Formats: sequence, C-alpha cells, structure tokens
Amino acid sequence: MDAYYFNEEHQLFRQSIRDFLKKEALPNIEQWEKEGRTPRAFWQKFGEMGYLGLNFPEKYGGLDLDFFYSVILIEEISKCFSGGFAILPMVQSYMSTPYILHHGSEALKQKYLPDAIAGKKVASIAISEPGAGSDAMNIQTKAIKSGDHYVVNGSKTFITNAYYGDFLIAVVKTDPEAGANGISLLVIDNKSEGVSMRKLNKLGWHCSDTAEINFDDVKVPAENLIGDEGMGFYYLMGGLQLERLVAAVGAFAGCESALQYSLQYMSERKAFGRSINKFQVLRHRIAQMASEIEANKYFTYHCCKLHQEGAYVVKECSMAKLLGTELANKVATECLQFFGGYGYMEDYKMARFFRDSRIGTIGGGTSEVMREIIAKMVIDGQEYDEA
Amino acid sequence: MNIFREEHHLFRTALRDFLQREVVPYIDDWESEGQIPRSIWSKFGNMGFLGTTIAPKYGGSGLDFPYQVILTEETSKINSGGFSAAVVGHDALAMVYLNKFGSTRLKEQFLPASCMGQSFGCLAVTEPHAGSDVASIRTSAKKTAQGYVINGSKTFITNGVLSDYLIVAAKTDLDQQSAGISLFLLNRTIPGIQASALNKLGWKASDTAELSFQDVFIPHEHLIGEENMGFYYIMQNFALERLILAIGAIAASQYALEYSLQYMSQRKAFGRSINKFQVLRHRIAQLASQIELQKTYNYTICKAFDDGHNVVQQCAMAKLMSTELSDKVMTECLQFFGGYGYMEDYKIARMFRDSRLGTIGGGTSEIMRELIAKMVIDKVKY
Repeated sequence: MDAYYFNEEHQLFRQSIRDFLKKEALPNIEQWEKEGRTPRAFWQKFGEMGYLGLNFPEKYGGLDLDFFYSVILIEEISKCFSGGFAILPMVQSYMSTPYILHHGSEALKQKYLPDAIAGKKVASIAISEPGAGSDAMNIQTKAIKSGDHYVVNGSKTFITNAYYGDFLIAVVKTDPEAGANGISLLVIDNKSEGVSMRKLNKLGWHCSDTAEINFDDVKVPAENLIGDEGMGFYYLMGGLQLERLVAAVGAFAGCESALQYSLQYMSERKAFGRSINKFQVLRHRIAQMASEIEANKYFTYHCCKLHQEGAYVVKECSMAKLLGTELANKVATECLQFFGGYGYMEDYKMARFFRDSRIGTIGGGTSEVMREIIAKMVIDGQEYDEA
Repeated sequence: MNIFREEHHLFRTALRDFLQREVVPYIDDWESEGQIPRSIWSKFGNMGFLGTTIAPKYGGSGLDFPYQVILTEETSKINSGGFSAAVVGHDALAMVYLNKFGSTRLKEQFLPASCMGQSFGCLAVTEPHAGSDVASIRTSAKKTAQGYVINGSKTFITNGVLSDYLIVAAKTDLDQQSAGISLFLLNRTIPGIQASALNKLGWKASDTAELSFQDVFIPHEHLIGEENMGFYYIMQNFALERLILAIGAIAASQYALEYSLQYMSQRKAFGRSINKFQVLRHRIAQLASQIELQKTYNYTICKAFDDGHNVVQQCAMAKLMSTELSDKVMTECLQFFGGYGYMEDYKIARMFRDSRLGTIGGGTSEIMRELIAKMVIDKVKY
C-alpha cells in the first residue's frame, strides 16, 4: 500500500538518508545526548545533503521536491531513538522558516532562507510564553513600532533550537488592544541587544536545546516583519497544520522503530526456557500495537496527501496529531515493559524513547487542545479557512 | 484515500433512498419477528443491489469493489445489525464462494436467482466444537458412486433457517485436518437438513441457525471447486469477509456518533445543551478521530484489495480494530443518552447489543491477534 504514496525515487531517497544517518548520526547520538546539543557541524553536513530544503524553491538553495520526501525525512530522523535529535530539522524546515517562505518579503527570504537551508543558521518558532501556550491570542510580548524599527519587550519559553540557534520567528503583539488581530510575526536575531536566554533542563529530548527567552527593549528592524501587521495569528493557524502533521509523522515512525527494536530483543531474550516472543500474552500485545501503528500510519499518509494537494485540513491534521502522539506514549510504555529491568537501564534505547515520546501529547498543542479543535468542528460545525 | 467516483455516489443515494422507503419503516417489526420477509430480497435484487461485483452473464452487474463497500456501509447505517448481516451473509459470503470457486454449471444454476433476490444463501462453516479452528470440523461428506452423503452439525449460521441454499464445509477426508475439507452446495429442500433458530443477544432481525445434517444426499456436481480444497477457499475469502466486517463496524460507529450528536444538541441539562459540556465534547472528539482514522485505513485496504494485492494481514488488523472500536463507540454513545440509552425507545440500545458480535463473528479479536502475531513476529506469510 506504500505504493499509493511513494514511488521508486522516493525509496532511493529513503535509502540515501538512512545511509547518511547510519554513518553520521547514529554513532554519535549518545554523545550528543550527554552534551545536551547536536553540533552545528552535523547540521551543516545535513544541509549540504539538501535535507533542510526539500520543499523549498531552488532559488533559495532548496530542492523543490514533493511533500512525501519530507515525510520520508521525518520518518527516518524519528527512527534514530532520539527525539531531541529529530526535532531540530523539524522545527527548522517545517515549523519556523515556512512562515518566511509563505508570507515574508523577498528581502527576508534572501537573508534567511539560503543559510537555513544550508544548515549554517538555525531557526526557532517562538510562540509559547510563561502565561500562554496554545492560547496564542493571549500572548503578552509586545513589539511597538518606533520609526524604522520595533521595540520588543516580553518573554518566551519552551523554545526549541533557540539557545544555540541564530534567529527566531517570534509571535508578538504589535497592537496590544486588538486581540487576535494585533498579533504579528517578527524575525529576531538571537544576538540582538536585549535578548537574553536561559537553557531549560528537560525530562527528555536531551540533545535538543530549549530556551526561555527575555526581550528587554530589543530593537528589531521594521523590515523583519513577516507579511502584514496584525496577520500573525492567521499565519500561525495555517502553519500549525503542517507542524501537527509533521508531529504525527514523527510519532508513528517512532512507534515503528520501537516495535522493531522490541521484536528484535524479544526474539533473543529467553525466559522459562523459550524466547519471550513465544508468550501469547506478549504476542497479542504486539499484534494490537502493530495494528494500531499500521492504521495510524496510513491515516497520516492520507492527511499528508491532502496537504500535498493543497487542502487546508485542520480537522484531519488535529486528529492525526492527537492519535499519533497518544499512540506513541502507549507504545513507549508497553515496549519498555517487554524489556523488563533492562528497559529501565540506559544501556538499551527504550528508556530514552520512553522519555522522549512524552512531549508528543504536549508540544504543538496538547491533546486537550486538539480535542477542543476537533470538538468545535465535529459538534458545532465550525470551519476554518486558510489565511 | 478516496475510493468512490461519481457513479458510486449515485449508487449510494439510490440505495439509501431504497432503504429509507422499503426497510427503515418496517425494521422494528422485523426485529420483533426475528427475521426479514422474503419479499425484501426480491425488491433488493430488482434494484440491482445484489451481486454488484458478479459478472453480468451470471446475473450480476460486473462492477468494482466499492459498490460492495457501499452496500455494506448503507445497510449498516439503518440500525439493524441483523438486517445488515442477512444481506452480507448472502451477498458477500454465500454468493462470493459460489462465484469464485463454483463450477460454471453451479453458477448458471444459482447465481442469477441469487442476484435477483429470488433465492438467497448462507455459509455454514462453524460447528459446536470448531469455530475459527476450521481444520477441526467434524461434519463429514462421504463419497459414493452416486454422490456425497453428509452428516454432522453446524451452528451460528446466519440465514441458516430461511435461506434457499447452503454452502457447507465438510470433511471429505476424515484423516486429514485442513487438507480434508471440501465445500458443497445444499438445496434447502433435500431431505435430512434440520434447522432451528437460535435466540441471540442482538442481531434480532437475522435468523441464525443450528443445523443438523442426517444422511443428506447431494450429487457430485454440487461439490464447489475441487475436493479437499475447501480450507484453502475459506482462508482465501477470509480477507474479504473481515474487510466487510470492518467496514460495517465503522459505518455503524459513524451512524451511532451522528445519532448521538443529534440527541446531544437537543437534550438539556443544568440549563444548557449537553453538547456544551467539555468532558462530553472531548469524548466525542476522541471517538470521531478514531472513527475517521479507522475508516481511512479501511478504505486504503479496499483500494489495495481491489487492485489485487495480498491484504491478509491488513484485513485482520482492520477487523480487529474496527470491531473493537465499534464496541467502544456504542458503550460511550449509550452513556450520552443517560437513562434513555437503556430504553428501547431510542436506537442506541439496539446499536449497543448489535455491535457486540463484531469482535466475535468472522474470527474473534483473539484469533485476529494470533494471526497478526504470526505475521508480524514470526514473519509467516499467507
């Protein structure tokens, strides 16, 4: 059934990225997890391979390929047993820079996209604040126009890639009185005067850097505004669909890798005189999970196809994100159990998979927020149009 | 995955109109009577709803698989699992076996009337001591110079009391397990067939039989396909059967959810419609998501099935998850109705009990997991 979504070139691409990761990433991930970051040199290699610009136009250094190349990329980086490793390119190419590509001025595109695609610069999307997460309408960070620049004051938190990164797509209020219509997107260089950061210590995603950011009278050139003033909220609502879809792809791919890893272990591990994959109760659990992962995968592929065809599928993306990340938590819990005591030891990859999965139902909108959105559409008949 | 074209939608609309007119007004009576009237079969057949995928030379319409999907979905959305089972038992089981494995002569003799709804069939495999363990059936078919003599019993046979003919699995070689099973067509009128209706938790409009065969004599030409190949035929058709069951389960779930949403928009508690309570809204969101996911997965398999791919594993997964989901949906939806959910005045009570067979019939959830485990863990291929 994969043939309904992937052709032979896609499969070649999958093999090439697999080879690349096996050679350049897998031997080092343990080290990067300990160091709390993935080195810039790696991302430059990643960029040189074209992996950061799959869906970007050639004029900015991208490869201008169809979306299923990205699906492959996300699947493969999500099978490395390090959510922290996988999240950097996901944020870079699918959750932050697309705002510049779709809504930014040509000057902004020229300035930021080629370097981001080459892996020379790392981008973040800065939405959440200590007092507002999915409730983006209530953010407090202000950007007040003053001549040819904005003055930004406020704070952000949980910002992936920011601590070691280069620029932020920051969600700010350019008109604090106007609610959703007062929200805008600004590109802010991390080194700007008045930007200070603290690196956050997390349950998982250890090789990803996550920052709390303070803006203290930060001067940002007016030309760093993405698109129009007051349109930020609508741009976000559009961009979040891709973000959720990408999260869904990463979730089922992670599940697949955890299941494969468990099957391997269970075929080797013996108890009471036989391989533990012969015990019926464990076999049925495997069968159940394999079924759930399989169905989830094809539903997500279907959503990816709709996305590729240009459909604005808020309901489906929210459903895919909800069900994919919830499933990942379940799979992580059950697969760890197959490993017994070893599952709790860092010698095996399950412990990391378990803690890394846990962010899935929180980041990019919690499961509860997904259900709110879905409920509005299914019960109240609400529809959403793209900005 | 969209598997439907414009003409499919037209077929769906015609079928829906027909069901609303000819079935829905009477369904409560049929549920009480424990059977559906003969007349409905010929009405169904006259409309071209039966045998959609069977070749025109045998009286069918020669159409593609999505038509059968639509038949399953729409009959599953009129709140009578029993009615749907009767139609599917004839159209997707009895007729399919005959069409796929029967001799030209048998097909010429039985299929045209089956497509017209002038006669209908049942499939009889399960026995009191052998359900999914098909290889262990004990009904025997002894070959003689004139024909076969069948002895034994069957149970849980949908359409088993009223059908005009029966497709029966029996052992032609008692020393063999699976390699000794053959399929036969039995006319209801032959002496020695006894049927009694079983009393069930749900599926009230469907007649379900316990059958006994005592020296039932049939001619050689009523063997379906080749001798001792029955097990293989049954296995081959299981994929389709499970896919159909999965599709029916999801269609019923969707129907239950829509019905609940309707109720919840009208029912008030503590001064507001109960569809405004967050805890219920989130349950709806969860169920709607799971149904949407499962439906999309099932359609993807339908496409692969129609394209001729091997989908044994996928169909087992679809059957497992769709029927389990249906039970969950019915349990939760009934809850939305409070006390009314327990009363027969509302449809949800029937949906609840009708759904319960899903994880049992056509191979239990446990059998599905066994099968999936063999394919996923031991890499067994079917």
